[in-house]
Amino acid sequence: MKEITCKLLVIGAGPGGYVCAIRAGQLGIDTVVVEAAKPGGTCLNVGCIPSKALIHAAEEFEKASHWAAGETPLGISVAKPALDFGRTIAWKDSVVGRLTTGVAGLLKKAGVKVVVGRAHFRDGKTVEVETETGTQVIRAEAIVIATGSTPVELPFLPFGGSVISSTEALALTEVPATLAVVGGGYIGLELGTAYAKLGAKVTVVEAEDRILPLYDAELTRPVSKNLAALGVEVMTGAKARGLSKKGDALLVETGNGEKKIAAEKVLVTVGRKPLTEGWGLEEIDLDMSGRFIRIDDHCRTSMRGVYAIGDVTGEPMLAHRAMAQGEMVAEIIAGKSRGWDKRCIPAICFTDPEIVSAGLSPEEARAAGRDVKVANFPFSANGRAMSRLAEAGFVRILARADNHLVLGIQAVGQGVSELAAVFGLAIEMGATLEDVAGTIHAHPTQGEAFQEAALRALGHALHI
Amino acid sequence: MSEHTIKMPDVGEGVAEAELVEWNVKPGDLVREDDVLAAVMTDKATVEIPSPVEGEITWLGAEVGDTVSVGSPIVRIKTAGGDSETGEGEVTETTAAEPEPEKATDAPLKEVAKKPEKKPADEAHRQVPTPRTFGAPRAEGEKPVASPAVRLRAREAGIDLRQVPGSGPAGRILHEDIDAYLRAGPSPAGAIARHPDTSVEEVKIIGLRRRIAEKMALAKSRIPHITYVEEIDVTALEDLRASLNISRKSDRPKLTILPFLIQAMVVAIRDQPALNAHFDDDAGVVRRYGGVHVGIAAQTDAGLVVPVVRHAEARDLWDSATEVNRLAEAARAGTATREELSGSTITITSLGAMGGVATTPVINHPEVAIVGVNKIMVRPVWDGAAFQPRKMMNLSSSFDHRVIDGWDAARFIQRIKALLETPAMIFVEA
Repeated sequence: MKEITCKLLVIGAGPGGYVCAIRAGQLGIDTVVVEAAKPGGTCLNVGCIPSKALIHAAEEFEKASHWAAGETPLGISVAKPALDFGRTIAWKDSVVGRLTTGVAGLLKKAGVKVVVGRAHFRDGKTVEVETETGTQVIRAEAIVIATGSTPVELPFLPFGGSVISSTEALALTEVPATLAVVGGGYIGLELGTAYAKLGAKVTVVEAEDRILPLYDAELTRPVSKNLAALGVEVMTGAKARGLSKKGDALLVETGNGEKKIAAEKVLVTVGRKPLTEGWGLEEIDLDMSGRFIRIDDHCRTSMRGVYAIGDVTGEPMLAHRAMAQGEMVAEIIAGKSRGWDKRCIPAICFTDPEIVSAGLSPEEARAAGRDVKVANFPFSANGRAMSRLAEAGFVRILARADNHLVLGIQAVGQGVSELAAVFGLAIEMGATLEDVAGTIHAHPTQGEAFQEAALRALGHALHI
Repeated sequence: MSEHTIKMPDVGEGVAEAELVEWNVKPGDLVREDDVLAAVMTDKATVEIPSPVEGEITWLGAEVGDTVSVGSPIVRIKTAGGDSETGEGEVTETTAAEPEPEKATDAPLKEVAKKPEKKPADEAHRQVPTPRTFGAPRAEGEKPVASPAVRLRAREAGIDLRQVPGSGPAGRILHEDIDAYLRAGPSPAGAIARHPDTSVEEVKIIGLRRRIAEKMALAKSRIPHITYVEEIDVTALEDLRASLNISRKSDRPKLTILPFLIQAMVVAIRDQPALNAHFDDDAGVVRRYGGVHVGIAAQTDAGLVVPVVRHAEARDLWDSATEVNRLAEAARAGTATREELSGSTITITSLGAMGGVATTPVINHPEVAIVGVNKIMVRPVWDGAAFQPRKMMNLSSSFDHRVIDGWDAARFIQRIKALLETPAMIFVEA
């Protein structure tokens, strides 16, 4: 097969890779992207998007179930809802399909050549791709590694049979009667909550002493409370040990001995690991930073002309971090002066209620020796939240005590994921408490809680 | 009543302390907001410290002439008002705004949730908004605050934001600050200054580079080099080369100096076979080769490689030239075979126009000699009556002094010199 020579080669068409390729194409760079599966990577195919579709379906179903049980003060009553889970999954697949097709179209529009197959480094400038029609050699002046990450497997609970990863959990043919979730991080809780709402009896097994250990207890408390209301059993300080002999239960070691949890399916969500194998990392011998590829603030690796972006380069393993890195690297390769100078990477848990965090948490700020002001405003005092039965949760703001520069903003509550945009903007723009307090926030919205939190930090909240 | 403590403000530009040069107040004085309390001097300027509040001076923390570090308390002012109901004295600081984190976070959610309409009015009143200064210069080492658009503009203009004073809230750098900075141009103090780049890039020495490194280390550690530099008058040679290039057949390559040098070395080696050899120092054996296999050190993108013109003694001038070109091309394209890149018995190194005046070539181990070609320059040469412009070229050559004595080295180069200066001798048997 004839060799391809190009200026930029991107390995992996996930959120980092495809954004990098599109931006490079826009800038007139001769770009090739190699992808073994469909474009969109984990995010579009087996991550962010399908999980949000499933979560939405589950929410709607639970709402109807709730109404049927006569538990709503809204005066609505309906007959007991029924679920055609096959159609749910088909709808989810159609959403994914539209988006992956869309990405393919965007790549084409940007003039990017897509090579389907698995890439393998020959050296720092050359990659071989195993395609259906043979080996394609691609030579490039610059190469961007965007290989992403995969779910971590537990040696005593290998994937297969009833033990599933998030990927399989998004493509079940029916709702399991019982589901054990190993790992109480955001992926496990999002999917566990969805299946609980769809009717499964869900048990979450977490080794730490509380769920979502990456967030502070104040933020996770409303989530814990709602999990209990949904009938999800949360076992903290508990370690999964393996399947029972029959394979229909999960063995769990707790403080009070071993327990057996009936589980038609066992969903293992104990984290993700960077995909650093199978594409020839050993051929180019890059410096590592722990299990990740080491990069600098230009996403350069230890080898000249080789860049790395996204999950393969470190935490937080989030699509929007990869996208921002991809865009930056494309512009650097186009000769523009760029560097990683972002102030925050917001993170969201699509649990019920949702959690969003941008910038520093109070603990992090104090650990950094910062003298800070912290204030929160509860949704129970917010008209819009009350009018949509979403009173759980609050918005919390954190600013420097000396000059009121906003360092961090967190929220927990229904629909707060959409506040990530304004939180991120405030921190990125270098807003002070006075800036937030002095911005008119439209009434009635949950966003008003953000302004009120800033006012409260300044000592003159109006609605509390 | 409450008491305000005023701290030495951050007077900017990385100043950690300032000298107190004047007090405008003394304990017991009543001051109004914005009255000047004191003046402090840094090595650059005198700065007045205004009072942020109205009240009575209760304490002065320094005397004129004292050097006070930034953030140290210097004045306390007792203010009227505050919380008269509880009668508790409240202490406020001005450079560090009033801390009140716990009050806000610990507000019990449930309680307020039940009666959101009833505002605890007295509490709200008690929480007096804290005064603070906008646009204070950043402390040393603190990250500059700027919007993404300002950051991008600075980056593209090559401005280091750490050098730009920010006039916005919390010292935020605004577009106007960039404008002002650009208008001011490079300041005499060197504000646009070059700042030291402390970055260190680690480059792994792998592949070809590592092989080169090992080879060079081996050569230099084992072989005691002797380097001999001699100048050659190549005027005649250059004339011959130009004529041959003009009259050559179309299928023949353009001649460079190299094929002539190769041919001259072949002739010189006939008399001095000791130069065309490998010294196997482990075995204590010198292997003299009948065939003259001339390595040509060539620069490629990946690094130095040495393709070999095999059996130069069996090639004529044109054939040597063709072979040199072919090998150079293969080396650059990375298609040279292992055989083509090994087995030399003597080596030529040339950097062409970059050849310099003299070099100290490293012998291609286990060979015993390497001939370095320096660049051709027109130099004035004394012919006994006048200076003549002559095309001169130096040869810098190294030899393994364990097996080649200086005298042999000199004789070899002098022979080559004689051949190149009268090039007909290369081709005609004496």
